Amino acid sequence: MKVNCKAEIVKIEKLKEDLYKFSIQAEEIVSCAKPGQFIDVRVVDGIEPLLRRPISIYNLDKENGILEFIFQVKGKGTSLLAQRKVGEKLDIIGPLGYGTFSIKDYKNVAIIGGGIGMFPLYELAKELKEKTTSNVHIYMGFRNKDLVTLEEEFKNVSDELTITTDDGSYGISGFAINELKKDCEKEVPDKIFACGPLPMLKAVQAFAAQNNIPCEISLEEKMACGLGVCLGCAVKTAKSPSDAPEYWHVCKAGPVFNATDVEI
Amino acid sequence: MENDLPYLKQFDTAIIVNACGSTIEDYVELAKVLNTLDIDGVELNLSCPNVKAGCLAFGTSYEGVKEVTSQVRKVLDKPLIVKLTPNVTDITAPALGAQDAGADGVSLINTLLGMSIDIHKRRPHLANNTGGLSGPCVKPVGVRMVYQVAQKVNIPILGLGGIVTGEDAIEYMLAGATAVSVGTGNFITPDTAIKVVEGIENYMKQYNIQDVNEIVGAVQMN
Ligand SMILES: Cc1cc2nc3c(=O)[nH]c(=O)nc-3n(C[C@H](O)[C@H](O)[C@H](O)COP(=O)(O)OP(=O)(O)OC[C@H]3O[C@@H](n4cnc5c(N)ncnc54)[C@H](O)[C@@H]3O)c2cc1C
Repeated sequence: MKVNCKAEIVKIEKLKEDLYKFSIQAEEIVSCAKPGQFIDVRVVDGIEPLLRRPISIYNLDKENGILEFIFQVKGKGTSLLAQRKVGEKLDIIGPLGYGTFSIKDYKNVAIIGGGIGMFPLYELAKELKEKTTSNVHIYMGFRNKDLVTLEEEFKNVSDELTITTDDGSYGISGFAINELKKDCEKEVPDKIFACGPLPMLKAVQAFAAQNNIPCEISLEEKMACGLGVCLGCAVKTAKSPSDAPEYWHVCKAGPVFNATDVEI
Repeated sequence: MENDLPYLKQFDTAIIVNACGSTIEDYVELAKVLNTLDIDGVELNLSCPNVKAGCLAFGTSYEGVKEVTSQVRKVLDKPLIVKLTPNVTDITAPALGAQDAGADGVSLINTLLGMSIDIHKRRPHLANNTGGLSGPCVKPVGVRMVYQVAQKVNIPILGLGGIVTGEDAIEYMLAGATAVSVGTGNFITPDTAIKVVEGIENYMKQYNIQDVNEIVGAVQMN
């Protein structure tokens, strides 16, 4: 069930200059949240900024009722959030989104993510490892060495981890999708999960379609409410006719979609 | 109609459908269909700046509002509320147009047309370049317009625009609103409406008010 609660911040880690990991006490949300879902955060309790900010669930510690999320400082909202302190309470709503990653037994799973799109993939990989027999290969793409994060963490929830940087300053040089394509020449995965920048998602979507690989992608759209009310985060459905387009909403139908269902 | 109406029916509350079109024919067609549904009323949206080629044009003049409203009135037996745009110089003109065409009430204000620019990209934040501004920042405009309309019309006014607390609602009611509604507030806190009702009750206790209607239009001007 979705709840609006005040969750105490129990730990803050600064992972990079502009990247923070928050651990919050949120039993009610943790007990029912699924990988791929997000929470909507009021960065301050006052009037400004008014709207909540959507942030993915990074990790669910079911035993201790702790939810972790990681965010990058982008604008006003996230910079105010970064100033919050341990012991303070965050006004959050969650878990949000009905479209979640499908956790089941696969043979070979490829998980591909880039930049801040990596975060929702952690709980996915973790649950695949804990609850299923799937063999999990994670591909993480970053622009350069300085941006590489969470390598250890993702290593711990995968059978194989491939890291690429666009400029070759760390790991393999090039885009993560190219490594996935290369590996597919040897063995084709029976499932792909992806989250990251739009160009990467488009490439993954096209690749999965060409090779008939079932694929789920997590989308990001600006959203005012996160609750299915404001209708701002529209995404076109793939099969609707161009003269009468049909739309879904990322916050409600997503954020995770079957790659063949949406036009991005 | 297929999904939302059955869902809403499970709750013990009135259902008012907000209807928007781009031509008079659209509105009339829509009203004919709405008239057959199990709903409690219709709010004609003559003023949504977020809907492309929308209804803005009808909503800004006495004649425009009167024309659409009378056409709809002919085919609609249910309570009819006309929602007004604040993007006009004189809000009382369209309000009178609604009243003269037989509307049962007016609601105001819809969003104010706004624009916001990303100074780093030198481009508007919104894909549509401009869009409807709402939330607490528009409340003083809404309260002023409700007051102005209340001086001119005798049909009930539904006041809205930036209401997030009971105090906000009281302001609208003192200005002349018989009912209030909450839009943007729901995006921030889904139980805003409940808090607003509690706030109104607290105000009534504080001033020993027995009947909430006592405060409608009770503002005393300086
Ligand atoms: C489902 C979902 C999950 C997300 N998960 C994460 C995450 O795990 N970690 C992370 O760092 N970021 C995540 N984001 C992006 C994050 O929400 C934005 O970076 C953040 O809202 C920016 O707010 P701001 O006030 O700092 O920036 P500003 O640009 O000042 O924000 C202005 C407005 O735009 C909206 N906005 C701006 N960028 C985005 C965006 N990319 N997506 C949605 N709304 C945006 C804000 O909510 C706000 O209303 C996610 C977005 C979505 C939709």
